[in-house]
Amino acid sequence: MTVEWGHFALILALVLSLCQVGLPLWGLVSRDAALMQTARGTAVGAFVFTLLAFAALTYAYVQSDFSVINVAMNSHSTKPLAYKISGVWSNHEGSMLLWVLILTLFAALVAMARQAIPLPLLAAVLVVQGAVASAFFLFILITSNPFLRAMDVPAEGRGLNPILQDPGLAIHPPLLYIGYVGFSIAFSFAIGALIHGRIDAVWARFVRPWTLLAWSFLTLGIAMGSYWAYYELGWGGFWFWDPVENASLMPWLAGTALLHSTVVMEKRDALKVWTILLSILTFSLSLIGTFLVRSGVLTSVHTFASDPSRGKFILGILVFFIGGGLSLFAWRAHALRQGGLFAPISREAGLVLNNLVLATMAATVLIGTLYPLVLEATSGDKISVGAPFFEATMLPLFLPLAVLQPLGTALSWKRADLWAAMQRLSWAFGFSVLVMGIVLYVTRGGSVIAPVGAGIGLWLVLGSMADLWLRVWRAKAGWAVNLSRLIGLPRAALGTALAHAGLGISLIGIAATGWGTEVIATVGKGAEIPAGPYRVVLEQVITRNGPDYRETIGRFQVYSDQNRLGVIEPGKRLFIGQTMPKTEAGLMTLGLGQIYASLGEFQTDGTVSLRLYWKPLVILIWAGALVMALGGFLSLLDRRSRIAAPKTARQAQGEAA
Amino acid sequence: MTRQCARSLTLAVLLVMLALTGLSPLRAVEPDERLADPAQEMRARALSAGLRCLVCQNQSIDDSNAPLARDLRILLRERIAAGDDDAAIKRDLVARYGDFILLQPPFNPRTLVLWTAPFVLLAAGGWVLLRRSRRPSALEHTTPLTEQERENLRRLLAQDQPDNPSGHPPHRP
Repeated sequence: MTVEWGHFALILALVLSLCQVGLPLWGLVSRDAALMQTARGTAVGAFVFTLLAFAALTYAYVQSDFSVINVAMNSHSTKPLAYKISGVWSNHEGSMLLWVLILTLFAALVAMARQAIPLPLLAAVLVVQGAVASAFFLFILITSNPFLRAMDVPAEGRGLNPILQDPGLAIHPPLLYIGYVGFSIAFSFAIGALIHGRIDAVWARFVRPWTLLAWSFLTLGIAMGSYWAYYELGWGGFWFWDPVENASLMPWLAGTALLHSTVVMEKRDALKVWTILLSILTFSLSLIGTFLVRSGVLTSVHTFASDPSRGKFILGILVFFIGGGLSLFAWRAHALRQGGLFAPISREAGLVLNNLVLATMAATVLIGTLYPLVLEATSGDKISVGAPFFEATMLPLFLPLAVLQPLGTALSWKRADLWAAMQRLSWAFGFSVLVMGIVLYVTRGGSVIAPVGAGIGLWLVLGSMADLWLRVWRAKAGWAVNLSRLIGLPRAALGTALAHAGLGISLIGIAATGWGTEVIATVGKGAEIPAGPYRVVLEQVITRNGPDYRETIGRFQVYSDQNRLGVIEPGKRLFIGQTMPKTEAGLMTLGLGQIYASLGEFQTDGTVSLRLYWKPLVILIWAGALVMALGGFLSLLDRRSRIAAPKTARQAQGEAA
Repeated sequence: MTRQCARSLTLAVLLVMLALTGLSPLRAVEPDERLADPAQEMRARALSAGLRCLVCQNQSIDDSNAPLARDLRILLRERIAAGDDDAAIKRDLVARYGDFILLQPPFNPRTLVLWTAPFVLLAAGGWVLLRRSRRPSALEHTTPLTEQERENLRRLLAQDQPDNPSGHPPHRP
C-alpha cells in the first residue's frame, strides 16, 4: 500500500503545484494580497507531498518490493542498504523524482525564507517555480512513473548497474541536482522581475544567496562526478568532454558568470538587463542538460526518434520555459531601468570581461555538444566533436581569463588605477613567473603547456592570497591583531579569495597531468614495474568473494627505494545478476599524487596485462574544486546573503515598532 | 508483453546513458599490440587518441577495449611500422569511415559555424560592450530611488556597517 500512497502523494503534489500557479497568479492580477499569500502554503505543501512520494519509493527499495517495476529493474535483495537507497535515483524515473523533490524544496525554502521579499515578487517567483514543478510532475506521472506495479512479480530484482554501485555515484546525483535545480530560483526571480517590471540592487541581494548555494553544490557535484569517472572508468582520465559532462559544465559556466554579474548589480546597480538574461539562460542550460541526459537524444538521434515520448515531453517543457522566458525578456526588458555605465579600468569592467568570456565558454560547450546532433538531423552527415575540439577552443578562452583574474580583483570599483593594482600584485606575479621559469628549465624538452598551466594556477593562488594580505596586513600591528583582522574580513571577501585560489589549485592539478608516467605491460608474479619515483611488485593473484560480488585481484606491493609503502589491489568484479565484469582500479595516494593501476585480462599462465600510472599532484584537481565550493559556502555565510537567518526578538520588535 | 519489453529496453538504454562514457571494463591498449620502437609507439598513441571508437560512446580507440577499436589500433600500427605518415593514415581512415572517426572535426564548410562560433561570439560581445561604453547618454537616464527604496537600502546598508561596505581595500590612501 505504501507505494500507492506514494503515487497518490505525487498526484497531490501536482495538484498543489497547480494551485501554487493558479491562486497567486489570480492574486497578482486582482492585486489581492491574501491570494498572493497562498503561494507560501502551497509551495510548502507541494514539497511535503513530494517528500512523502519520495519516501514511499525509498521504502519500496529498502523493502526490495519487486512488485514495483522500477524496483525490480534497478535493485537486488542482496544489495547493501546504502545502495538500495541510492538505487532510488540511479535510474530515470527515480532521478526525475529526486529532481522535482529538490525543485519543490527550493520553492519551499524561498517561501519560508526571511528575506523580506516584496509580496508581489515573492508570489511571482513561486508561480514560476510551481509552473516548472507542475510540468515535471506531469512528465513523471505520464511518461516516467516509478510507482507502477508489475503484473507478474519477479522473485529477484535485476540489480543495480555495478558501475553505479559506488559511494561517489550514490551522492553525485543529489549534489548535481541541487546545483541544476537551484538555478531555477534565479530564473523565477528573473521572470518575477520581468512581470513586476522592476529590478534593483535589492533584487540582486535576494537572488545572490540562492545562486551561490546552487553554484557551490554544482561545483561539488561536478568534482564528484569527475573523481568517480577517474577511478571507476578505469583509465585515469578525469574529464572526457562527454555530452553528459558538458551538460553539467554549461550551467556551471553560466552560473559562474551570473554570480559575478550579480555582484556588479548589487554594488553598482548596473548590468541589470544582462543579469536577468543570464538568470534565464543559466536555468535554461540546466533544462537543456536535463533534456540531453534524459531524452535519449545523446545515444543517438535515432534512439530519440524511435522512443520519442519522453524526449518530446521534455523538449516541450524546454521550449515552453526557455522560449517563454526569452520571449518575456524580449517583450519586457526595455521596461527595466538600465543601470549606469562605468570606466573601462574598474572592478566592474573586469567583471564584465569575465562575463563575456564565461558566457562565450558556455556557448562554446553548448554549440560543440549540439552541433553533431543538429548536423545529423539536418544533413545526415555524422561528425564527432570530441576532446580535441574543446581543448582547442576552451583553453584560449580560459587561460587569458585566468591570467587576468587576480588583476581584476585588485581593481577598485568605479575608477581604478591599473598601474597601482599591478604594483600591488608584483610580488605574487614575479614569484609565479619565477617558479614557472624554473619548472620550464628543469623539464625542458617536455611539455610546455604543463609548466605554463601550473604557473597560471600558482598565480591565481598567490594573487588571491595577496589580495587578502593587502586588505589585512598592518606592519605595525602584531600577528594576533593581523589574524583577527583576517577573521574579521567580510565572509564574502574570504569566500571570493578561496574560490579563486581553488580554481588555481585545480589548474595546477590539471597541468600536472602532463608530468605523469604510464606503463603498459604484461606482468607475472614477482614482476617489478616503475611508477614515477616509486615501483610496484606483483605479489599474487587472488580470487575472493565480496558482499554481492566475486572478484579477482592482483596484489601489488608499492615501494619507494627499499621502503614498503603498502598494497594496491586492482582487479575485476563480477556482481550477482550481472554478466560483464567491472574493472576496479587500484589507487594509492602518496602526498598529492596517486599511483593508479588498472588490470586487463588474466591469462591462463598467471600473467595479467597492467596499466600503471604515476599521477603527480592529481589530488589537486578535486581538492581545488572542494576549495572553490568552500569559498561559495563561506560567501553564503556573509551577513549580506543570509538566506533564512532567524530574526532575533529585538530585530522583530524593531520592525514592529 | 511487448510494452513490458519496450519499457525494459528503454530502461536499458537509459542506464547506458547514465553510465557516462562506457559500461565495459576498460583496458584499451594491450601490451601485445605495442610497437617496439618507442618513437613509433608514441606516434601511434597520439594518433589513436584522436580517433573515435565507432561503436562506443565518445571514446577514442586509445581508451576503448571494443574489438573494432583494437583492430584499428593494430591497423594503424601496421601502417606506421610500414613507414606511412600520420596524415596518410588519417586520410585513408576518413575515406573508409567518414569524418565521424575524427574526434577533432575537420575545418570545412559544414563545420564553419562550429569552429568560428566561439571567436565570433567573443568578438560580437566585445563589440557591443565597446559601443555601449562609448555612449555616455545612458548615464543620465537614472531615476531617483523612491522613499520606500531609500528606506530599504538604508536598512540593508546599516546591517553591513561592521563589514567593509565600500569593498575597497581599507589600507589604500
